[in-house]
Amino acid sequence: MTTATDAAGQAPAPGPAETRTPILRARRLVKTFGRVVGLDGVSLELYPGEVLAIIGDNGAGKSTLIKCLTGAEIPDEGELFLDEKPVHFKRPQDARAAGIETVYQNLAVSPALDVAANLFLGREERKRGILGSVFRVVDQKGMREKARNELKALGISTLQDVTVPVENLSGGQRQAVAVARAAAFGSKVVVLDEPTAALGVRESNQVLELIRNLRDRGIPVILISHNMPHVFDVADRIHIQRLGKRAATITPESHTMTDAVAIMTGALRA
Amino acid sequence: MTQQTTEPPTSALDLAEEFLDRTTPLSRIRNTLHRYPAVSPAIVLVLAVIVFGLLNDRFLNPANLSLITQQVAVVGTLAVAQTLIILTAGIDLSVGAVMVLSSMVMAQTSVQLGLPGVLAIFLGLVVGLAAGAFNGFLVTRLKLPPFIVTLGTLSIFVALTLLYSGGATVRGAEMPELLTAMGATFNIGGVNFTVGVLMMLLLYVVVALILGKTAWGRHVYAVGDDPEAARLAGISVNRVLMSVYLAAGAILALGAWIQIGRTNAASPNAGAELNLDSITAVVIGGTSLFGGRGTVWGTLLGALIVGVFRNGLSLAGLDVLWQTFAVGVLIIVAVSVDQWIRKVRK
Ligand SMILES: Nc1ncnc2c1ncn2[C@@H]1O[C@H](COP(=O)(O)OP(=O)(O)OP(=O)(O)O)[C@@H](O)[C@H]1O
Ligand SMILES: [Mg+2]
Repeated sequence: MTTATDAAGQAPAPGPAETRTPILRARRLVKTFGRVVGLDGVSLELYPGEVLAIIGDNGAGKSTLIKCLTGAEIPDEGELFLDEKPVHFKRPQDARAAGIETVYQNLAVSPALDVAANLFLGREERKRGILGSVFRVVDQKGMREKARNELKALGISTLQDVTVPVENLSGGQRQAVAVARAAAFGSKVVVLDEPTAALGVRESNQVLELIRNLRDRGIPVILISHNMPHVFDVADRIHIQRLGKRAATITPESHTMTDAVAIMTGALRA
Repeated sequence: MTQQTTEPPTSALDLAEEFLDRTTPLSRIRNTLHRYPAVSPAIVLVLAVIVFGLLNDRFLNPANLSLITQQVAVVGTLAVAQTLIILTAGIDLSVGAVMVLSSMVMAQTSVQLGLPGVLAIFLGLVVGLAAGAFNGFLVTRLKLPPFIVTLGTLSIFVALTLLYSGGATVRGAEMPELLTAMGATFNIGGVNFTVGVLMMLLLYVVVALILGKTAWGRHVYAVGDDPEAARLAGISVNRVLMSVYLAAGAILALGAWIQIGRTNAASPNAGAELNLDSITAVVIGGTSLFGGRGTVWGTLLGALIVGVFRNGLSLAGLDVLWQTFAVGVLIIVAVSVDQWIRKVRK
């Protein structure tokens, strides 16, 4: 177990998934909301250098699943392993500290703060010297500069001005802010919950390109999407969620889109 | 707040709306006010000063201006605490009661127990912090709405004040000098200012810097804006809220000190109007009752407006009830304007 962890960082080694060590592994997660069962014993494995898509009908438990993986919800039961070591994320910042960045479905941006402030929200950088260390003054100029560079590096052109409040942005631009934040800071795993839902064709393609870039940099991605062509385009494996359970895990090679939809809706048993 | 629009904003209707949005003068005013929330209170303040100055030539007398600043010093200080809490989408109905309780503790411990001034003020500060911690605990741990919490603690603190003080006023002459030091005056350009006024201004500068320049300040805004988004972004929402209530408690203790200097006494019945006035100052100052929007500089303008109205109306010879009436009108108008401004992006 311990010997495999080193290699797990880089090697996007192709081949049968089962022989590799997952970076992130969830075992039999259960999450209930009062009488509603959000997750009913769901397991999931995320391997190094892969894009894992999660698909499923509305209310199938996709968002709940990734929330349990990223500390936004605490599962009632089940275990979580990062590099095969058990982890217990109690808050989103625990998962963040472990290198897992997430774009939640509701985006989690603060409308009144500007783009740069949102990118650095919760991890503001301070000025150097006594102003920063004693008086805790944030380095606004530096963060804005970095925000500009990061957006440029990510190829996000729709956000020209990092000093506009996020509430003045369109839905798609807000989404770009959230995606940029995750992509810029994710060092181990990036999780995206419907990142293209409000985006136009060009912007969607940019996000897909971004996902491939992350994978090429060795950072595995979990992608939730209702868009089958996107999923089949970018995913290495597809986790199908149905009624709070994992119905199957397939690959774009092994199954067609029609098969995937059939499993999703219960018409086909995997 | 963070909902995404599911349609791309390219339909002809959207474009038309956006076009209209840019061109009607009213919308342009609205956009400006949205961007610079301190503009409208500044205009109101200037107009009020002009009108009251024309109505009564004594209004602009140095002595009267000095009086206004002194009256504003206490409300203005409480309003800083109120601003912090309202920025987190809360409200504090107990600010006046906490201030009075703290001032009674300062006065009584020095006069009856014979404690030195520094120690008495320190104990007053402890009381302010304890009151803030109690409010904060109820809001963050028991998850009660701040309105309900502080409605309850308002009664509790008022009762504690009367029980503790026996209802008796302590005169400034009996207290150590340090306790009444905030009432000392100095002269700038013919106008007398008190140390209390200076302290209040200093408080505004410090809090404005903290809100604007530190991560904590940004987190206060983020928590008030959308607590769930703040939590998901990795901010400890409860810790931020608790720190805000503690900071408010400390500021209220400062307010207590200033109040003793201003009235040269500590009275358990002081400050009945201070609660409403502090909320009015914050709201007139452009801070949104829904949280996440506003500045302390707006609040300072708001506190000045309240002070100018109260003073101007009484100089005009109107009954004190008309002052209360005017404050009521101000608050309703201010909230309506805020609602209208917030429609900029919906
Ligand atoms: N905080 C909550 N409180 C109560 N019920 C919840 C909560 N979060 C999720 N649920 C319920 O859990 C189930 C799974 O919800 P979830 O959001 O995970 O679905 P989803 O697969 O992400 O759906 P969608 O495609 O619509 O985003 C639903 O029945 C939902 O109503
Ligand atoms: Mg979802």
